[in-house]
Amino acid sequence: MHPPHVSRRRALAGGAGALVAAGALGPLSGCAAPATAVGPGRTALRYWHLFGGGDGVTMQAMLADFRAAHPGIALEAATLQWGAPYYTKLGMAGAGGRAPELAVLHLARLAGFAPGRLLDPFDLGLLAEHGILEQDFPPEIWRRGQAGGKQYAVPLDTHPFVLYFQTEICEKAGLAAGGRLKPISGAEQFADALRAAKKATGRPGLVTETLGPDCITPWRLFSTFYAQTGGTVLSADGKHLALDDTKALRVLEYLANLVEEELMVRRADYPACVGIFNEGRTAFHLNGEWEITTYRGAGIPFSMTRVPALFGSAAAQADCHTFVLPHQADRGGAPNEAAHTLVAWMLRNSVAWAEGGHVPAYRPVLDDPAYLALKPQSEYRDVIDDVALDDPAWFAGSASRLWIELGAVFSGVLTGSRTPRGALSEAKARLHGLLGTRNPLPGAAS
Amino acid sequence: MTSTAAPPPPVAKRTGTARRPAARSVRRPWTEHGLVFVAPFLAVYAVFLIWPLISGVGISLTSENITGSGGEFVGLDNYAEAIRDGEVWSSLWNTVWFTVLSTVPLVLVGLGLALLAHQLRVVQWLWRLSWFAPFLLPSGVVCLLFAQMVFPSGFGLADQLLASVGLEPGIGWLSDERYAMLSVVATTVWWTVGFNFLLYLAALQAVPAHLYEAAELDGAGAWKRLAHITLPLLRRTTVLVVVLQVLASLKIFDQVYIMTGGGPDDSTRPILQYVYQQGFTGYRIGYASAVSYIFFALILPVSLVRPLSARRRAEEAAK
Repeated sequence: MHPPHVSRRRALAGGAGALVAAGALGPLSGCAAPATAVGPGRTALRYWHLFGGGDGVTMQAMLADFRAAHPGIALEAATLQWGAPYYTKLGMAGAGGRAPELAVLHLARLAGFAPGRLLDPFDLGLLAEHGILEQDFPPEIWRRGQAGGKQYAVPLDTHPFVLYFQTEICEKAGLAAGGRLKPISGAEQFADALRAAKKATGRPGLVTETLGPDCITPWRLFSTFYAQTGGTVLSADGKHLALDDTKALRVLEYLANLVEEELMVRRADYPACVGIFNEGRTAFHLNGEWEITTYRGAGIPFSMTRVPALFGSAAAQADCHTFVLPHQADRGGAPNEAAHTLVAWMLRNSVAWAEGGHVPAYRPVLDDPAYLALKPQSEYRDVIDDVALDDPAWFAGSASRLWIELGAVFSGVLTGSRTPRGALSEAKARLHGLLGTRNPLPGAAS
Repeated sequence: MTSTAAPPPPVAKRTGTARRPAARSVRRPWTEHGLVFVAPFLAVYAVFLIWPLISGVGISLTSENITGSGGEFVGLDNYAEAIRDGEVWSSLWNTVWFTVLSTVPLVLVGLGLALLAHQLRVVQWLWRLSWFAPFLLPSGVVCLLFAQMVFPSGFGLADQLLASVGLEPGIGWLSDERYAMLSVVATTVWWTVGFNFLLYLAALQAVPAHLYEAAELDGAGAWKRLAHITLPLLRRTTVLVVVLQVLASLKIFDQVYIMTGGGPDDSTRPILQYVYQQGFTGYRIGYASAVSYIFFALILPVSLVRPLSARRRAEEAAK
């Protein structure tokens, strides 16, 4: 379908890469989606995603169902490693115009992903033929998928930061009844709840990832509570710093105090924080909703709820998995239609996807009895109207430089290696650095 | 005779066999220097080292991104930005600090093991094999082994060792800023000390035995023989080992990337990882190239130490 050929530009990029880092040729040379051999009368559809673990299992099962229902489409799905390497591969594939027909992208990364150059727009007419309409999505999330008046990303879900709790411990501590957490509002009430939990277990009440390689939970924590104060990190156009020192310090000092008072575990990397909660050593756990599969598998008595409103609103940091069409020089025809078919099918069947904890972005599914029957997945579904996505900037979004750099800075506040004030000024310096750097992948449409 | 000049480049064959008698062509100066034989190597060297080196300078003067399009000429802006970039200097310092911390034990332990293996007279092959064997493992295997078996907080081998002597375990070997770099250093020493061990062992075996015999007859004890015969004769090897080790340590990337990801809080991130982050996850190939040339400029003097010292010795010997 797409015969491999090496252009001068590609060869040059390869040479530069080899110099920049040893072994660079590997990642660069493997970036075109391989052509599939398909039987006569079948349409080849290549799809790249980054779902491993529990999500990966769910995705594979859904794709198997799709294959069974669409014998005319030869679907070849590739699971790539989550994170920065995925985006490097996807970008390179789009740059060469030999990308797969369909891929997954985190919504907050769209601004940095050259819509119009690395990504092709969706054909909304084609989606409508499959019954997928704009009004079926939360407007804010749908709009974030647009650039230059075209739709480049169609949201599948949102995956917010949530509060996990051990039902038995919380009931013992008088914090929950009937498997539901009693309402908590305000920073002081939350600290009181943690104190009560500590009394019940003799250990800190809360665990979350505070350190480790590429640790980003400290950023999620800050982003959640800072958004609750009503503050924004960047201006609406993503070009200027809008961080409010007073509000940011309130949040950082509160977090530092939680650790200082031993209400929260000071040092835990990601596997450790999941392990600690899994063993029932803390009553509360702040993390993305995707770990639900881990705790369910372990069969512990737990539930999940929205992050309580500590500083005003009940906003929660989130990002969204979306479908995108990576740039193909010859996009169109049957393969492109097959990509739209798969998108529509996945959206309509996203109850299965929701089992993994994600909140479906396609609203009709939110009212589906099958979804409402999912507990505790449907307990926090109304967070979809209060999600705090990163402000649109090229350096934002899942596994972005913003997350990794500020995750490391705010990690210091939790482990005690930085003061809240010191972390704030370092965070601002990093943000100024990122803002002062031109978007390396400007889009034709942005 | 013709066959010596014949094989690789067709040029040699044509001029050698068609126009001149074979015997004379062999004596042409350029074949005497063996240029024909190194030509295949030179070609590869030019394509994969010289050319990227030159084109990389060009790229470092542009705002090139990873997709290879959209780069504009920006002059020395990338270099100016890199010099003002605090993260360049902090990660460069991490690289230098790692080099200092790792080179000293790698040289000393390598020497110590070589002396031991040279003296031990029983099952010699076993010592040689077991001390060299870790060097044969790929970096990924070594790093995962240490990250998942030795350094896990609470139940890793390192913590259990502490617990067995009555100390409190629970140290964040890879997650605590105070220990992370040292843990990476310890892993590296275990992994690569075998190479230095091997160089030293070879040098030890080249020391003529009659020197020791003569010294023994003069009444020199073991310690004196070591200080006045062995170590002075190992000096050239030591220069070689130190220079090779410094160059190898400056290239630190794999261990940190796999074991700590550069953390905690960038405290172990070496300059090469920063280049990788800027180029491959930040998509700024132009800027990443500029940073790597700054690093290149710093590494160059180190790599010139050995050829220069070798030349000086040759001159001294000629006098």
